[in-house]
Amino acid sequence: MAWTRKDLLGLESLSREEIELILSTAESFKEVSTREIKKVPALRGKTVVNLFYEPSTRTRVSFEVAAKRLSADVINISPETSSVRKGETLVDTGRNIQALKADIIVVRHASSGAAAMLSRHLDISVVNAGDGWHEHPTQALLDIFTLKEKIGRIKGINVTIVGDIAHSRVARSNIWGLTKLGANVTLCAPKMLIPVGIEEMGVNITDNIDDALVRADAVNVLRMQFERDESAAFPEALDYFRKFGITSERLNKAKKNIILMHPGPINRGIEIESDVADGPNSVILEQVINGIALRMAVLFLVSQGHDKKYEDIN
Amino acid sequence: MKEKAKILDGDTILRALMRIAHEILEKNKGIDKLCLVGIRNRGVYLAHRLAECIKRIEHKDIPVGILDITLYRDDLTLIAQQPLVRKTEIDFDINNKVVILVDDVLYTGRTIRAALDALVDFGRPKLIQLAILVDRGHRELPIRADYVGKNIPTALRETVEVRLKEVDGVDEVVIIEQ
Repeated sequence: MAWTRKDLLGLESLSREEIELILSTAESFKEVSTREIKKVPALRGKTVVNLFYEPSTRTRVSFEVAAKRLSADVINISPETSSVRKGETLVDTGRNIQALKADIIVVRHASSGAAAMLSRHLDISVVNAGDGWHEHPTQALLDIFTLKEKIGRIKGINVTIVGDIAHSRVARSNIWGLTKLGANVTLCAPKMLIPVGIEEMGVNITDNIDDALVRADAVNVLRMQFERDESAAFPEALDYFRKFGITSERLNKAKKNIILMHPGPINRGIEIESDVADGPNSVILEQVINGIALRMAVLFLVSQGHDKKYEDIN
Repeated sequence: MKEKAKILDGDTILRALMRIAHEILEKNKGIDKLCLVGIRNRGVYLAHRLAECIKRIEHKDIPVGILDITLYRDDLTLIAQQPLVRKTEIDFDINNKVVILVDDVLYTGRTIRAALDALVDFGRPKLIQLAILVDRGHRELPIRADYVGKNIPTALRETVEVRLKEVDGVDEVVIIEQ
């Protein structure tokens, strides 16, 4: 199985084999960060541009560290300091970056489909670092990588995703990836945060957190994104914690070795109890470590991809 | 593509490795500070076999590491088919050690160039030596092997295939004509 794509736009369009190739490549890259000299020359002479239209620390830094460990040069662009404020369109910005002879654009944007649109207009590689409520493929891949490392397999395991499914690109990418690899996925959230029709993605849905946890091998706790929805119908923080928060009491009723993940940043005391986030079941910081290896693998693979046409995401 | 000649079989491969093991011990005056690093893929199996040979002589184990040179290749942008990146596993300190790099075929020398670059990222060995099962000539870089199983003059249109029991089910070296 060889990688042919110049872009990584989402997990929906990837085959199971392609996802497995990314995961096994990431496994090899993990060793690089344990060396005294944490660097390999694979992307020497290549330029990676981080184009982030939304605030992000961990994803941007993770991509930056990954690119640098591959010996690439990294440029960070954020809207406050760029001509985006003067009204430049995304595609024009992309074309300018391409004209600078950059090789890879890592883009985060508030609009779903932003990365796919860039990719259609550019010959250089585009990696989606989160587009609206649509996909955040590298986060899902690092979640799946961490699960595989901890449990040894993905096929047949039970994964529960708790929280704001409606606004979560992390959830959507995780669902695509996990179901393609044969995991059983359960979504748990207040009814208003479950998008209509999402059961067609082959997942179970519940609004009872204890039911959702009882058979779970792993639980992925999403951040409540209060900044995305200010309507009155959005649950109030304390009320949400009472009904859906991951507490030690709730975990005690789950499998003893249940794996607890969170994409960060954590709202302690809202979606997760503080002690639980730091407890023995938590792999939150291992996700950060794995994120670097995974993003190294993605940057390496897309830099080798030769297809210039990307089939549109439907 | 047809097989032109069989150069080595199971017995001759074993004898060559046994001789190389003796040469390594003679040249380095024993196994003090000695370690083997095999280059993926087949260099890894040869390194383990060499360690076995050395153990038969000295009755001691020496460390064996695995090197994947994909990320250090100078032709990454040229090859159409993307190579698979596999794990590098060197879980011992190579600083001030005598490292014997092991590979199956020595050809252009570019793999060894990449391996040397990769190795020095892990530390500063006292000495690096190169052991090769088959040297087929046509070097493109100033690199030579310290230990050679067999020198085989080849034409550029030919390829040398080393087959090992661990991966190919049989021990043999053949020349294939395109």
